[in-house]
Amino acid sequence: MNEHREQLEALTEIRDLMNRSSRFLSLSGLSGVFAGVFALAGAAVAWFYMRDVFFHFPLYAPVEVLTSEGISEFYLFFALDAGGVLFLSLLSGWIFSKRKARRAGIPFWDHTAWRALLNLAIPLAAGAIFCFALLMHGVIGFIAPATLIFYGMALLNASKYTLNDIRYLGISEIALGLLACIWVGYGIIFWAIGFGVLHIIYGAAMWWKYERGAGGS
Amino acid sequence: MKDYLLKLNKAFENRTRLGLMSILMVNDEVDFTQLRDLLQVTDGNLASHAAALEKAGYIQVSKQFVGKKPNTTYAVTRAGRKAFTEHLDALEKLLKSQK
Repeated sequence: MNEHREQLEALTEIRDLMNRSSRFLSLSGLSGVFAGVFALAGAAVAWFYMRDVFFHFPLYAPVEVLTSEGISEFYLFFALDAGGVLFLSLLSGWIFSKRKARRAGIPFWDHTAWRALLNLAIPLAAGAIFCFALLMHGVIGFIAPATLIFYGMALLNASKYTLNDIRYLGISEIALGLLACIWVGYGIIFWAIGFGVLHIIYGAAMWWKYERGAGGS
Repeated sequence: MKDYLLKLNKAFENRTRLGLMSILMVNDEVDFTQLRDLLQVTDGNLASHAAALEKAGYIQVSKQFVGKKPNTTYAVTRAGRKAFTEHLDALEKLLKSQK
């Protein structure tokens, strides 16, 4: 029946427009894979730098240690390592998502991108301040679990405005962060799994699901 | 005639109107250019269908200036949300009945 087909097409189009106008769909799975690789590289660098605490990270560092002379060298290393991972991840995220948008013929930066980013940023900012407070009071063992939990909640929140797969990545990060709270000594390992391995797995799955067929390299 | 057929709303029986309502249902406020790009229709086409929906009381049109440029934004009204939901339900029933 012809009318039947017409109505079905109308419904498909309604769903497509609702999706396209309210969600940021250009997010590329490849950016997740690259972010994961950079995070693992960052963890490997940390392994060489602080091999002695890698598998038994202390829960608590006395304030005297955190304010001592030698600590600034550690902060510098940490800022360079984590900052480098973050910068490269954002850069690859930007490049691959922009490429995906260009191929799909849709604008890269529109109100959906802005809304997804804003909703990601709010829990992340809260997490950053919380981690700073942990550092201030010397509870350094909870910093890695806290970054995982807040990052997971940020993803969960942003998932309403982008690909729905992000929701499950968020839940996984939260679960991992909670486990890391229990086995505090393995913080760096959990951190590497959360930001490295999970990004690679979910990024690859999203690429497989949405981008595989979308024109070679 | 089955009663769900009566519920199919004539005001939405057009690709542009259907699309316009779909977009407004999931966004608080959308401006003219965004709508035009998403629906891929001409300015005139969009303007006339938007005017028809506004006349029916299903959408709310607000015009303001951003700097010196006129900017028109659209939002769905409460009546529009109700009417469109009923239309979609009727469509769904129609499709189910034909399986």
